[in-house]
Amino acid sequence: MIKIENIHKQFSGEKVLNGITAEFSSGRINLVIGQSGSGKTVLLKSVLGLIKPDKGKIFFEEREFTTATQNHWRALRREMGVVFQGGALFTSKTVEDNVKFPLDMFTKDSVKEKKRRVDECLDRVGVKGTNKVLPGEISGGMQKRVAIARAIIMNPKFLFCDEPNSGLDPITSIRIDRLLKRLTIDYNITTVINTHDMNSVVEIGDYILFIHKGEKWWEGNKSEIFSAGNEEFNNFVFAAEATKKLIKT
Amino acid sequence: MKLFYHIGKYFYLVGKLFTWPEKFSMYRKQGLRELLLIGLDSLGIVAIVSVFMGAVLTLQVGINFVHPLIPNYLIALTVRDTMMLEFSSTIICLILAGKVGSNIASEIGTMRITEQIDAMEIMGVNSVSYLILPKLFGAIVFFPLLTLVSIILGIAGGLAVSLLTQVVTVHDYLDGLHMFFHSFYILYTLVKMLVYAFLIVSVSAYQGYYTKGGALEVGKSSTMAVVYSIILVLIFNLIITQLMLT
Repeated sequence: MIKIENIHKQFSGEKVLNGITAEFSSGRINLVIGQSGSGKTVLLKSVLGLIKPDKGKIFFEEREFTTATQNHWRALRREMGVVFQGGALFTSKTVEDNVKFPLDMFTKDSVKEKKRRVDECLDRVGVKGTNKVLPGEISGGMQKRVAIARAIIMNPKFLFCDEPNSGLDPITSIRIDRLLKRLTIDYNITTVINTHDMNSVVEIGDYILFIHKGEKWWEGNKSEIFSAGNEEFNNFVFAAEATKKLIKT
Repeated sequence: MKLFYHIGKYFYLVGKLFTWPEKFSMYRKQGLRELLLIGLDSLGIVAIVSVFMGAVLTLQVGINFVHPLIPNYLIALTVRDTMMLEFSSTIICLILAGKVGSNIASEIGTMRITEQIDAMEIMGVNSVSYLILPKLFGAIVFFPLLTLVSIILGIAGGLAVSLLTQVVTVHDYLDGLHMFFHSFYILYTLVKMLVYAFLIVSVSAYQGYYTKGGALEVGKSSTMAVVYSIILVLIFNLIITQLMLT
């Protein structure tokens, strides 16, 4: 479980996050949604410790990390898995070396054990047999899957994804969403996903936090989104003509 | 003020560089890779430039030392000392700043803008140490070797010219190589190379590591890495020469 309390952040005098409070539970998909520039990525990076908030507190399973030292963060990060927007795979390493990297750095597992674990993770995310290819030689959807495999290889307690569906076609996006959902339930992970993909919201949103201009405007779950009385949230949800038509029918 | 900001940030990066590796075997693997990339890959350009510079130096000195009171062996002596004192260390490092420095800055800069460095940090890896320390190792091991190769090939280039053009006889050339040899010059050159290796790698890595933006900014970082490395090499050339030779 991750709890954030009254998070504030500003850059060059401009408020980017203004008093965000939320609770992300384990075993469910927590979505942070909002328009581009609403502060989603800054919030995610604050939770990851890549950006230091000006004010507020962040708790990982009751442990406060707002004022933690670099060493404490480094230890915590070994319990985290992150899927970046572009995948952030190491371009000079093969798929296998990418996925194996955390094991190489932090475990004393044998070569055979590491290979077994890599194969298991690649199989789990549906890209079995791509071990020896470079990230540049596979499709965007496959790169995302490999990034997910790398994120889960250390059995993380916390999984963070920054727009995992960006640049993917709708079918691949749904596959990625379902994969994340399955992994979250199977391993009881606290999963936090930044997205503005309405398909994801409807498909996997167990908890949804809507941010607008750096403030929390709405929170709830996927069954409550069409009955939300928040104007900004409705404008965001019903922005797509297709969604409007879908609701009418 | 901005200069002090960058100096402070540079020393902060250097401080983070010297931390105990998470796993030594991973750093060793990277170190061997960098030895090949930084060292062996630079051997060709160093060899070509050194042979031709040695040859041209011999011709130029030979043409200018035409006087009955100046013995011919001084041509080889001048070529030898020029190669040892300045060319094979400073000039070669200016070339390496262009080749190795831009390579390091663009590699690390690209990793920064594609969030690969963030991914490493999130995994709990000290990205500064993991990315830069093996490169520093590669440069510190190989730059002095490249200097020695450059000195030998430069002198060999001069010898080839003496054979082909008779600007100086081979006998005089070989005699000159033995005369007034100061072994301290080798130490002086190696010290310079070690300092230059550190400067080129750390300054280029600094430029790459703090790249912000996109492909254009990576290009700018790469250019700045070369420019600052060259300026620092020249400044430290003066300082080390003053400290060690005067």
